Amino acid sequence: MRRERGDAGAMRNPWLWMTILLGLGACNAEQSTLHVFGAEAREVRRMAGILATGAILIVAIMAALYVRAVRAPEGALSHQGGMRLVLWLGAIGPALILTALLLYALPAMRPRTAGPDDLVVRVDGEQFWWRIAYRPAGAGGELRSANEVRIPVGRPVVFELTAQDVIHSFWIPGLAGKMDMIPGRINRLVVRAEKPGRFRGVCAEFCGLSHALMAFDVIVMEGPAFDAWLDRSRGGSKGARASMGAALFDAQGCGGCHAVRGTPYDATIGPDLSRFGERRTLGAGILPPTLDNIAAFIRAPQAAKPGARMPAYPQLSVGQARAIALYLKGLQ
Amino acid sequence: MSERRKWHEGLRVTLWTLIVPPAIWAGHFLLSYLWAAISCAKAGRFATFPTLFVIGTALALTLIALSGWVAWVKARMPGDPPPHEESNEIDRLRFLAKSTLLLAGLSFVGVLFTALPVVFLRDCL
Repeated sequence: MRRERGDAGAMRNPWLWMTILLGLGACNAEQSTLHVFGAEAREVRRMAGILATGAILIVAIMAALYVRAVRAPEGALSHQGGMRLVLWLGAIGPALILTALLLYALPAMRPRTAGPDDLVVRVDGEQFWWRIAYRPAGAGGELRSANEVRIPVGRPVVFELTAQDVIHSFWIPGLAGKMDMIPGRINRLVVRAEKPGRFRGVCAEFCGLSHALMAFDVIVMEGPAFDAWLDRSRGGSKGARASMGAALFDAQGCGGCHAVRGTPYDATIGPDLSRFGERRTLGAGILPPTLDNIAAFIRAPQAAKPGARMPAYPQLSVGQARAIALYLKGLQ
Repeated sequence: MSERRKWHEGLRVTLWTLIVPPAIWAGHFLLSYLWAAISCAKAGRFATFPTLFVIGTALALTLIALSGWVAWVKARMPGDPPPHEESNEIDRLRFLAKSTLLLAGLSFVGVLFTALPVVFLRDCL
Protein backbone atom coordinates (compact mmCIF):
# COMPACT_ATOMS: atom_id res chain seq x y z
CA MET A 1 0.00 0.00 0.00
CA ARG A 2 2.79 2.38 0.90
CA ARG A 3 4.45 1.77 -2.43
CA GLU A 4 1.27 2.69 -4.32
CA ARG A 5 0.98 5.97 -2.46
CA GLY A 6 4.61 6.72 -3.33
CA ASP A 7 3.95 6.13 -7.03
CA ALA A 8 0.95 8.43 -7.05
CA GLY A 9 3.08 11.08 -5.36
CA ALA A 10 5.69 10.87 -8.10
CA MET A 11 3.01 11.15 -10.78
CA ARG A 12 1.66 14.32 -9.16
CA ASN A 13 5.13 15.88 -9.01
CA PRO A 14 5.00 18.94 -11.31
CA TRP A 15 8.80 18.95 -11.74
CA LEU A 16 8.75 15.45 -13.17
CA TRP A 17 6.13 16.44 -15.75
CA MET A 18 7.88 19.67 -16.61
CA THR A 19 11.13 17.80 -17.20
CA ILE A 20 9.37 15.27 -19.44
CA LEU A 21 7.54 18.05 -21.29
CA LEU A 22 10.88 19.79 -21.97
CA GLY A 23 11.77 16.79 -24.11
CA LEU A 24 8.91 17.68 -26.45
CA GLY A 25 10.98 20.70 -27.52
CA ALA A 26 13.12 18.26 -29.50
CA CYS A 27 10.18 17.21 -31.68
CA ASN A 28 10.34 18.86 -35.08
CA ALA A 29 10.53 17.91 -38.72
CA GLU A 30 13.36 20.23 -39.82
CA GLN A 31 16.27 19.28 -37.60
CA SER A 32 15.89 15.80 -36.22
CA THR A 33 17.76 12.53 -36.53
CA LEU A 34 14.36 10.83 -36.24
CA HIS A 35 12.82 12.72 -39.16
CA VAL A 36 15.15 11.57 -41.92
CA PHE A 37 15.35 12.61 -45.55
CA GLY A 38 18.65 10.99 -46.54
CA ALA A 39 19.89 7.43 -47.04
CA GLU A 40 22.71 7.71 -44.52
CA ALA A 41 20.53 9.18 -41.77
CA ARG A 42 18.01 6.38 -42.39
CA GLU A 43 20.77 3.85 -41.70
CA VAL A 44 21.78 5.71 -38.52
CA ARG A 45 18.16 5.75 -37.32
CA ARG A 46 17.81 2.01 -37.95
CA MET A 47 20.97 1.34 -35.93
CA ALA A 48 19.73 3.57 -33.11
CA GLY A 49 16.48 1.59 -33.09
CA ILE A 50 18.33 -1.74 -32.89
CA LEU A 51 20.58 -0.47 -30.09
CA ALA A 52 17.68 0.97 -28.09
CA THR A 53 15.62 -2.23 -28.49
CA GLY A 54 18.61 -4.34 -27.48
CA ALA A 55 19.31 -2.15 -24.45
CA ILE A 56 15.68 -2.36 -23.29
CA LEU A 57 15.70 -6.15 -23.75
CA ILE A 58 18.92 -6.49 -21.75
CA VAL A 59 17.57 -4.32 -18.92
CA ALA A 60 14.35 -6.37 -18.86
CA ILE A 61 16.26 -9.68 -18.80
CA MET A 62 18.58 -8.45 -16.04
CA ALA A 63 15.61 -7.21 -13.99
CA ALA A 64 13.90 -10.59 -14.40
CA LEU A 65 17.08 -12.39 -13.30
CA TYR A 66 17.42 -10.15 -10.24
CA VAL A 67 13.81 -10.80 -9.25
CA ARG A 68 14.32 -14.53 -9.68
CA ALA A 69 17.57 -14.50 -7.67
CA VAL A 70 16.01 -12.48 -4.83
CA ARG A 71 12.84 -14.59 -4.65
CA ALA A 72 14.56 -17.99 -5.01
CA PRO A 73 14.16 -20.14 -1.90
CA GLU A 74 17.21 -20.79 0.27
CA GLY A 75 19.52 -23.35 -1.36
CA ALA A 76 17.84 -23.27 -4.78
CA LEU A 77 20.77 -21.49 -6.42
CA SER A 78 24.22 -23.03 -6.55
CA HIS A 79 27.53 -21.21 -6.56
CA GLN A 80 28.57 -23.11 -9.68
CA GLY A 81 25.37 -22.11 -11.49
CA GLY A 82 26.00 -18.48 -10.60
CA MET A 83 29.56 -18.64 -11.89
CA ARG A 84 28.34 -20.19 -15.14
CA LEU A 85 25.79 -17.38 -15.48
CA VAL A 86 28.53 -14.78 -14.98
CA LEU A 87 30.69 -16.50 -17.61
CA TRP A 88 27.93 -16.60 -20.24
CA LEU A 89 26.01 -13.40 -19.54
CA GLY A 90 28.99 -11.39 -18.32
CA ALA A 91 31.73 -12.36 -20.77
CA ILE A 92 30.84 -14.63 -23.68
CA GLY A 93 27.39 -13.14 -24.40
CA PRO A 94 28.52 -9.48 -24.45
CA ALA A 95 31.60 -10.35 -26.56
CA LEU A 96 29.39 -12.12 -29.14
CA ILE A 97 26.79 -9.31 -29.16
CA LEU A 98 29.47 -6.62 -29.56
CA THR A 99 31.16 -8.59 -32.36
CA ALA A 100 27.83 -8.93 -34.18
CA LEU A 101 27.12 -5.19 -33.77
CA LEU A 102 30.62 -4.33 -35.01
CA LEU A 103 30.18 -6.54 -38.08
CA TYR A 104 26.81 -4.92 -38.75
CA ALA A 105 27.94 -1.31 -38.21
CA LEU A 106 31.36 -1.27 -39.86
CA PRO A 107 30.21 -1.65 -43.49
CA ALA A 108 27.87 1.32 -42.93
CA MET A 109 30.88 3.48 -42.05
CA ARG A 110 32.39 3.07 -45.49
CA PRO A 111 32.14 6.34 -47.40
CA ARG A 112 29.55 6.43 -50.17
CA THR A 113 30.92 6.65 -53.67
CA ALA A 114 30.42 9.57 -56.01
CA GLY A 115 31.20 9.93 -59.69
CA PRO A 116 33.16 12.71 -61.39
CA ASP A 117 29.89 14.17 -62.75
CA ASP A 118 28.25 14.55 -59.36
CA LEU A 119 27.66 17.97 -57.87
CA VAL A 120 30.37 19.16 -55.49
CA VAL A 121 29.38 21.65 -52.79
CA ARG A 122 32.26 23.18 -50.92
CA VAL A 123 31.39 24.44 -47.46
CA ASP A 124 33.78 26.52 -45.34
CA GLY A 125 33.02 26.95 -41.67
CA GLU A 126 33.63 30.51 -40.44
CA GLN A 127 32.96 32.17 -37.08
CA PHE A 128 29.87 32.04 -37.17
CA TRP A 129 28.52 31.42 -40.66
CA TRP A 130 28.89 29.13 -43.68
CA ARG A 131 30.62 29.95 -46.94
CA ILE A 132 29.07 27.86 -49.71
CA ALA A 133 30.34 27.23 -53.26
CA TYR A 134 28.45 25.01 -55.72
CA ARG A 135 30.77 23.37 -58.24
CA PRO A 136 28.68 21.46 -60.77
CA ALA A 137 30.40 19.32 -63.39
CA GLY A 138 30.59 20.94 -66.80
CA ALA A 139 30.68 24.55 -67.91
CA GLY A 140 29.19 27.46 -66.04
CA GLY A 141 31.64 27.91 -63.21
CA GLU A 142 30.95 27.88 -59.51
CA LEU A 143 28.16 29.62 -57.67
CA ARG A 144 29.02 31.30 -54.37
CA SER A 145 26.48 31.60 -51.62
CA ALA A 146 26.23 31.59 -47.85
CA ASN A 147 24.22 30.13 -44.98
CA GLU A 148 21.90 28.10 -47.17
CA VAL A 149 22.51 24.75 -48.87
CA ARG A 150 20.37 23.67 -51.81
CA ILE A 151 20.70 20.12 -53.11
CA PRO A 152 18.81 18.06 -55.69
CA VAL A 153 16.78 15.06 -54.57
CA GLY A 154 17.90 11.55 -55.57
CA ARG A 155 21.40 12.47 -56.78
CA PRO A 156 24.68 11.95 -54.93
CA VAL A 157 26.15 15.24 -53.69
CA VAL A 158 29.74 15.57 -52.49
CA PHE A 159 30.28 18.04 -49.67
CA GLU A 160 33.89 19.19 -49.43
CA LEU A 161 34.22 20.47 -45.91
CA THR A 162 36.90 22.70 -44.47
CA ALA A 163 37.24 25.70 -42.15
CA GLN A 164 39.10 29.01 -42.14
CA ASP A 165 39.57 29.76 -38.45
CA VAL A 166 38.79 27.04 -35.91
CA ILE A 167 37.36 23.53 -36.11
CA HIS A 168 33.65 23.45 -36.93
CA SER A 169 31.42 20.48 -37.65
CA PHE A 170 28.89 20.16 -40.44
CA TRP A 171 25.73 18.38 -39.40
CA ILE A 172 22.40 18.01 -41.18
CA PRO A 173 20.74 15.57 -38.76
CA GLY A 174 18.02 14.41 -41.15
CA LEU A 175 20.47 13.80 -44.00
CA ALA A 176 23.70 12.24 -42.73
CA GLY A 177 26.10 11.95 -39.83
CA LYS A 178 28.22 14.90 -38.73
CA MET A 179 31.63 15.61 -40.22
CA ASP A 180 34.37 17.85 -38.82
CA MET A 181 35.54 20.91 -40.75
CA ILE A 182 39.25 21.29 -40.05
CA PRO A 183 41.41 24.23 -41.19
CA GLY A 184 43.96 23.15 -43.81
CA ARG A 185 42.21 19.91 -44.63
CA ILE A 186 39.25 18.87 -46.78
CA ASN A 187 36.87 16.20 -45.52
CA ARG A 188 34.48 14.65 -48.02
CA LEU A 189 30.93 13.70 -47.16
CA VAL A 190 28.84 12.05 -49.86
CA VAL A 191 25.07 12.24 -49.32
CA ARG A 192 21.88 11.47 -51.20
CA ALA A 193 18.64 13.21 -50.26
CA GLU A 194 15.53 11.09 -50.62
CA LYS A 195 12.72 13.64 -50.51
CA PRO A 196 12.32 17.34 -51.24
CA GLY A 197 11.66 19.80 -48.47
CA ARG A 198 13.08 22.45 -46.17
CA PHE A 199 15.40 21.30 -43.41
CA ARG A 200 18.09 22.66 -41.13
CA GLY A 201 21.73 21.98 -40.37
CA VAL A 202 23.93 23.15 -37.51
CA CYS A 203 27.51 23.48 -36.34
CA ALA A 204 28.17 20.49 -34.10
CA GLU A 205 31.62 21.42 -32.73
CA PHE A 206 32.03 24.22 -30.20
CA CYS A 207 33.65 27.05 -32.16
CA GLY A 208 33.27 30.19 -30.07
CA LEU A 209 30.76 32.58 -28.50
CA SER A 210 28.02 32.13 -31.09
CA HIS A 211 28.52 28.43 -31.75
CA ALA A 212 24.92 27.74 -30.75
CA LEU A 213 23.78 30.46 -33.20
CA MET A 214 25.55 28.94 -36.19
CA ALA A 215 23.00 27.10 -38.31
CA PHE A 216 21.88 27.00 -41.93
CA ASP A 217 18.89 26.18 -44.06
CA VAL A 218 18.86 23.09 -46.23
CA ILE A 219 16.54 23.10 -49.21
CA VAL A 220 16.11 19.86 -51.13
CA MET A 221 14.69 20.47 -54.61
CA GLU A 222 13.52 18.26 -57.46
CA GLY A 223 16.37 17.70 -59.96
CA PRO A 224 15.08 19.90 -62.84
CA ALA A 225 14.06 22.70 -60.45
CA PHE A 226 17.52 22.59 -58.89
CA ASP A 227 19.24 22.76 -62.29
CA ALA A 228 17.07 25.72 -63.27
CA TRP A 229 17.80 27.46 -59.95
CA LEU A 230 21.55 26.92 -60.37
CA ASP A 231 21.54 28.32 -63.92
CA ARG A 232 19.42 31.29 -62.88
CA SER A 233 21.54 32.02 -59.84
CA ARG A 234 24.81 32.06 -61.72
CA GLY A 235 23.58 35.13 -63.59
CA GLY A 236 23.71 38.57 -62.00
CA SER A 237 21.70 39.33 -58.88
CA LYS A 238 18.31 40.78 -59.70
CA GLY A 239 17.16 43.72 -57.69
CA ALA A 240 20.58 45.37 -57.45
CA ARG A 241 19.28 48.61 -58.84
CA ALA A 242 19.76 52.20 -57.74
CA SER A 243 17.89 53.04 -54.54
CA MET A 244 18.50 54.82 -51.26
CA GLY A 245 19.48 51.46 -49.77
CA ALA A 246 21.92 50.75 -52.60
CA ALA A 247 23.53 54.18 -52.11
CA LEU A 248 23.87 53.58 -48.36
CA PHE A 249 25.24 50.06 -48.99
CA ASP A 250 27.93 51.69 -51.11
CA ALA A 251 28.61 54.67 -48.84
CA GLN A 252 28.94 52.58 -45.69
CA GLY A 253 31.47 50.30 -47.38
CA CYS A 254 29.33 47.14 -47.08
CA GLY A 255 30.85 46.02 -50.38
CA GLY A 256 34.27 45.97 -48.73
CA CYS A 257 33.31 42.64 -47.15
CA HIS A 258 30.18 41.40 -48.96
CA ALA A 259 29.78 40.39 -52.59
CA VAL A 260 26.70 41.01 -54.73
CA ARG A 261 26.80 39.26 -58.10
CA GLY A 262 26.37 41.61 -61.07
CA THR A 263 27.70 44.65 -59.16
CA PRO A 264 31.30 45.79 -58.55
CA TYR A 265 31.12 44.31 -55.04
CA ASP A 266 33.02 41.01 -55.08
CA ALA A 267 34.70 40.89 -51.67
CA THR A 268 34.91 37.51 -49.97
CA ILE A 269 35.43 38.49 -46.34
CA GLY A 270 31.80 38.23 -45.23
CA PRO A 271 28.83 36.20 -46.50
CA ASP A 272 27.88 36.56 -50.18
CA LEU A 273 24.64 38.56 -50.35
CA SER A 274 23.78 37.99 -54.03
CA ARG A 275 20.59 36.04 -53.29
CA PHE A 276 19.91 37.33 -49.79
CA GLY A 277 16.27 38.02 -50.68
CA GLU A 278 15.45 34.35 -51.21
CA ARG A 279 16.94 33.13 -47.95
CA ARG A 280 14.63 31.93 -45.23
CA THR A 281 16.72 33.17 -42.34
CA LEU A 282 19.04 35.95 -41.28
CA GLY A 283 22.37 35.66 -39.45
CA ALA A 284 23.09 31.99 -40.33
CA GLY A 285 19.81 30.34 -39.51
CA ILE A 286 18.82 32.28 -36.39
CA LEU A 287 16.28 35.04 -37.23
CA PRO A 288 13.37 35.51 -39.62
CA PRO A 289 14.57 37.93 -42.34
CA THR A 290 12.10 40.73 -41.63
CA LEU A 291 13.04 44.34 -42.38
CA ASP A 292 13.14 45.13 -38.65
CA ASN A 293 15.42 42.17 -37.88
CA ILE A 294 17.78 42.97 -40.75
CA ALA A 295 17.96 46.65 -39.77
CA ALA A 296 18.63 45.75 -36.14
CA PHE A 297 21.30 43.23 -37.21
CA ILE A 298 23.11 45.87 -39.33
CA ARG A 299 23.12 48.40 -36.47
CA ALA A 300 24.26 45.88 -33.82
CA PRO A 301 25.25 42.42 -35.09
CA GLN A 302 26.72 41.44 -31.71
CA ALA A 303 23.33 41.88 -30.04
CA ALA A 304 21.99 38.98 -32.10
CA LYS A 305 25.30 37.11 -32.46
CA PRO A 306 27.87 37.65 -29.72
CA GLY A 307 31.39 37.52 -31.13
CA ALA A 308 30.31 38.12 -34.74
CA ARG A 309 33.14 39.62 -36.81
CA MET A 310 30.90 42.14 -38.61
CA PRO A 311 31.35 45.66 -37.16
CA ALA A 312 28.30 47.43 -35.73
CA TYR A 313 26.80 50.43 -37.56
CA PRO A 314 25.17 52.42 -34.74
CA GLN A 315 25.71 55.63 -36.72
CA LEU A 316 22.94 54.56 -39.11
CA SER A 317 19.45 55.69 -38.18
CA VAL A 318 16.75 53.02 -38.01
CA GLY A 319 15.34 54.44 -41.24
CA GLN A 320 18.69 54.19 -43.03
CA ALA A 321 19.25 50.65 -41.79
CA ARG A 322 15.75 49.74 -43.00
CA ALA A 323 16.59 51.21 -46.41
CA ILE A 324 19.62 48.91 -46.65
CA ALA A 325 17.44 46.01 -45.47
CA LEU A 326 14.94 46.78 -48.22
CA TYR A 327 17.77 46.76 -50.78
CA LEU A 328 19.03 43.40 -49.44
CA LYS A 329 15.54 41.88 -49.48
CA GLY A 330 15.34 42.76 -53.17
CA LEU A 331 18.48 40.82 -54.08
CA GLN A 332 17.39 37.59 -55.73
CA MET B 1 47.92 -40.22 -28.68
CA SER B 2 50.35 -40.73 -25.81
CA GLU B 3 52.98 -38.83 -27.82
CA ARG B 4 50.67 -35.82 -28.10
CA ARG B 5 49.84 -35.84 -24.42
CA LYS B 6 53.53 -35.90 -23.65
CA TRP B 7 54.07 -32.95 -25.98
CA HIS B 8 51.72 -30.55 -24.23
CA GLU B 9 52.37 -31.93 -20.77
CA GLY B 10 55.91 -30.73 -21.26
CA LEU B 11 54.61 -27.16 -21.57
CA ARG B 12 54.49 -25.15 -18.38
CA VAL B 13 52.56 -22.11 -17.30
CA THR B 14 54.87 -19.47 -15.87
CA LEU B 15 54.90 -15.73 -15.35
CA TRP B 16 56.44 -15.55 -18.82
CA THR B 17 53.73 -17.50 -20.61
CA LEU B 18 51.19 -15.31 -18.78
CA ILE B 19 52.25 -12.29 -20.83
CA VAL B 20 52.23 -14.10 -24.19
CA PRO B 21 48.56 -13.37 -25.14
CA PRO B 22 48.64 -9.63 -24.24
CA ALA B 23 52.06 -9.29 -25.92
CA ILE B 24 50.64 -10.77 -29.14
CA TRP B 25 47.66 -8.42 -28.81
CA ALA B 26 50.03 -5.44 -28.43
CA GLY B 27 52.08 -6.58 -31.42
CA HIS B 28 48.97 -6.99 -33.55
CA PHE B 29 47.68 -3.58 -32.43
CA LEU B 30 50.95 -2.03 -33.59
CA LEU B 31 50.75 -3.97 -36.86
CA SER B 32 47.21 -2.62 -37.49
CA TYR B 33 48.28 0.99 -37.11
CA LEU B 34 51.48 0.54 -39.09
CA TRP B 35 49.54 -1.28 -41.80
CA ALA B 36 47.02 1.54 -42.13
CA ALA B 37 49.71 4.25 -42.00
CA ILE B 38 52.02 2.60 -44.51
CA SER B 39 49.20 1.63 -46.92
CA CYS B 40 47.90 5.19 -46.94
CA ALA B 41 51.31 6.91 -47.10
CA LYS B 42 53.00 4.65 -49.63
CA ALA B 43 50.19 3.17 -51.75
CA GLY B 44 47.77 6.05 -51.20
CA ARG B 45 44.86 3.70 -50.63
CA PHE B 46 43.76 0.52 -48.93
CA ALA B 47 43.75 -2.86 -50.62
CA THR B 48 40.20 -4.10 -51.26
CA PHE B 49 41.10 -7.14 -49.21
CA PRO B 50 44.33 -6.83 -47.17
CA THR B 51 45.45 -10.47 -47.54
CA LEU B 52 48.74 -10.14 -45.68
CA PHE B 53 47.06 -8.36 -42.78
CA VAL B 54 44.36 -11.04 -42.56
CA ILE B 55 47.06 -13.74 -42.49
CA GLY B 56 48.86 -11.84 -39.71
CA THR B 57 45.60 -11.57 -37.77
CA ALA B 58 44.86 -15.29 -38.21
CA LEU B 59 48.37 -16.08 -36.96
CA ALA B 60 47.93 -13.84 -33.90
CA LEU B 61 44.53 -15.41 -33.12
CA THR B 62 45.99 -18.93 -33.50
CA LEU B 63 48.90 -18.19 -31.16
CA ILE B 64 46.57 -16.68 -28.56
CA ALA B 65 44.19 -19.64 -28.87
CA LEU B 66 47.16 -22.03 -28.43
CA SER B 67 48.41 -20.34 -25.26
CA GLY B 68 44.81 -20.25 -24.03
CA TRP B 69 44.52 -23.98 -24.68
CA VAL B 70 47.73 -24.76 -22.78
CA ALA B 71 46.49 -22.64 -19.89
CA TRP B 72 43.10 -24.37 -20.00
CA VAL B 73 44.73 -27.82 -19.81
CA LYS B 74 46.80 -26.71 -16.82
CA ALA B 75 43.83 -24.96 -15.18
CA ARG B 76 41.82 -28.20 -15.14
CA MET B 77 44.17 -29.61 -12.53
CA PRO B 78 41.87 -30.96 -9.76
CA GLY B 79 41.86 -29.10 -6.47
CA ASP B 80 40.13 -26.44 -4.38
CA PRO B 81 37.85 -23.85 -5.96
CA PRO B 82 39.26 -20.31 -6.38
CA PRO B 83 40.68 -18.08 -4.98
CA HIS B 84 44.04 -19.79 -5.47
CA GLU B 85 45.88 -17.64 -2.98
CA GLU B 86 47.88 -20.05 -0.83
CA SER B 87 51.62 -19.63 -0.96
CA ASN B 88 52.36 -23.06 -2.39
CA GLU B 89 53.35 -24.57 -5.72
CA ILE B 90 49.94 -25.94 -6.73
CA ASP B 91 48.00 -22.74 -6.00
CA ARG B 92 50.63 -20.64 -7.76
CA LEU B 93 50.30 -22.83 -10.85
CA ARG B 94 46.49 -22.79 -10.78
CA PHE B 95 46.47 -19.01 -10.35
CA LEU B 96 48.85 -18.53 -13.29
CA ALA B 97 46.87 -20.95 -15.49
CA LYS B 98 43.51 -19.26 -14.75
CA SER B 99 44.99 -15.78 -15.28
CA THR B 100 46.59 -16.82 -18.57
CA LEU B 101 43.31 -18.34 -19.73
CA LEU B 102 41.37 -15.13 -18.93
CA LEU B 103 44.04 -12.95 -20.54
CA ALA B 104 43.97 -15.16 -23.65
CA GLY B 105 40.18 -14.67 -23.91
CA LEU B 106 40.52 -10.92 -23.53
CA SER B 107 43.40 -10.73 -26.02
CA PHE B 108 41.48 -12.84 -28.56
CA VAL B 109 38.54 -10.42 -28.48
CA GLY B 110 40.95 -7.46 -28.49
CA VAL B 111 42.75 -8.67 -31.63
CA LEU B 112 39.44 -9.38 -33.35
CA PHE B 113 38.01 -5.92 -32.54
CA THR B 114 41.20 -4.21 -33.73
CA ALA B 115 41.35 -6.19 -36.97
CA LEU B 116 37.72 -5.79 -38.08
CA PRO B 117 37.90 -2.02 -38.73
CA VAL B 118 41.13 -2.47 -40.72
CA VAL B 119 39.41 -5.07 -42.92
CA PHE B 120 36.12 -3.18 -43.29
CA LEU B 121 37.12 0.48 -43.51
CA ARG B 122 38.92 1.18 -46.73
CA ASP B 123 39.46 4.91 -46.81
CA CYS B 124 42.57 6.90 -45.91
CA LEU B 125 41.16 9.89 -44.01
